[in-house]
Amino acid sequence: MIPVLLLKNGHLVRSEDFAIHQIIGDPVHEVRRFNEWNVDEIVYIDITQGDYKFGQRADVKTQGIETPVDILNAVSKTCFVPLTWGGRIRTFEEAAEIFRGGADKITLNTALFETPQLVSRLAQRYGSQAIVASIDVRRHEDGTLEVFRDAGQVGTGKDPVAWAQEVAQLGAGEIFLQAIHKDGKGSGYDLDLIRSVSEAVRMPVIACGGVGVYEHYAAAVKAGASAVAAANIWHFKELSDRNGKRALQRAGVHVRMTR
Amino acid sequence: MSHKDARHRTRTAPTVKTSGRVAVINYGLGNLRSVCNALEFIGATPFLAESPDQLRDASHAILPGVGAFPDGMNNLVEQAWVAALVDFACQEKRPLLGICLGMQLLMESSTEHGYSQGLGLLPGKVQILEVPDTLRVPHIGWNSVTFAKDRATYAGLDSPQDYYFVHSYAVSTEHPDLVSASCEYGAHFVASVERENIWGVQFHPEKSHKAGLQILKNFVGLS
Repeated sequence: MIPVLLLKNGHLVRSEDFAIHQIIGDPVHEVRRFNEWNVDEIVYIDITQGDYKFGQRADVKTQGIETPVDILNAVSKTCFVPLTWGGRIRTFEEAAEIFRGGADKITLNTALFETPQLVSRLAQRYGSQAIVASIDVRRHEDGTLEVFRDAGQVGTGKDPVAWAQEVAQLGAGEIFLQAIHKDGKGSGYDLDLIRSVSEAVRMPVIACGGVGVYEHYAAAVKAGASAVAAANIWHFKELSDRNGKRALQRAGVHVRMTR
Repeated sequence: MSHKDARHRTRTAPTVKTSGRVAVINYGLGNLRSVCNALEFIGATPFLAESPDQLRDASHAILPGVGAFPDGMNNLVEQAWVAALVDFACQEKRPLLGICLGMQLLMESSTEHGYSQGLGLLPGKVQILEVPDTLRVPHIGWNSVTFAKDRATYAGLDSPQDYYFVHSYAVSTEHPDLVSASCEYGAHFVASVERENIWGVQFHPEKSHKAGLQILKNFVGLS
């Protein structure tokens, strides 16, 4: 069970439809909260587009944060579960800097289209388990599915199952599958999407996008997801870790519980 | 008496300062930063040991490691760590913890990428995890570890606990007293070893949340 924290210009934001981004807090402060909770991994995605505008909010509790890597350095100091960092990683050097900064895994999305060979180079150096292929999918009004790139801005015309199979050959260890149309809606995961991609590849698929109530998690696992990720539910509901895991247990899914 | 003489003198009882420093051995492999962060978090004083002589300043030492066994041993040999580690753990009997590849290196040998000799601090060898076709290798993710209550590694913890694993090889030994915990992935395998001051864990305690931090606390509290 994995919380996903979205960063825009250094602020923690919530997202809807990959478009509406509302600032909800300070990323470094939030990770301490998660450290106390029973989460299995944590994912940070930097969804900033274009140049950074790192403003300083009056209530930002941490000083000296000027770049995303500064945020990573700070959060990795108190993150004692596997930490994945993604967003805007396009080159080997950028990835290396993220690993040096404390990430255990990185995710690549647009880079998969532009420089697919980057995946195998990084996998050789860091191990395939450290490279996560991120796939964003939108389901159109007519029901058809399309893979998007560039933070969900640009359609690629690709079918998610075919793309997942292509990506599986590149050397990544896991797929992080997001449903853009479900983002921020709280109406549940896109189970058909999860099912078709999970059945098409051997590697673990982490599902993201749509969780509104804890019961949504189990449905995704039954559809084939190896891990369930969510963003909003962590920020807007109480005891999201305990309640999330209890709901999974009640539905018969084996999860790590702390005692 | 010079330091050199002191090293050859066998002490009969461990004389570890409780306010001691924990050497995290930097031999070119391993997530040193995560281990140091975890140690700092629990209130220990870690430092990166860049050369073997720095071990003399350490009350405890941790051998981390991510990667392949032959690379690990090559680095340890080239950077002259072997004698210093044998001295530290076997002569001076100071606490030594091997993590993941670090645990494997404590053993006598491994068959990863061909046969290699290990440090030989503990009896046993390293071989590939035999798993059925339905399971993927490497073994990655959280898994349940079962241990006996009297094991110092797991003091303060109830069995079983979940820990985070990333590995394709595991230890096998003919000395059951060495095995402090086991785990199951297809078949049972050795999750950790413990013999007096030498501990080894196949999983990553620095990535295993509170149950992992407890092991580090137990290790640092050793005297």
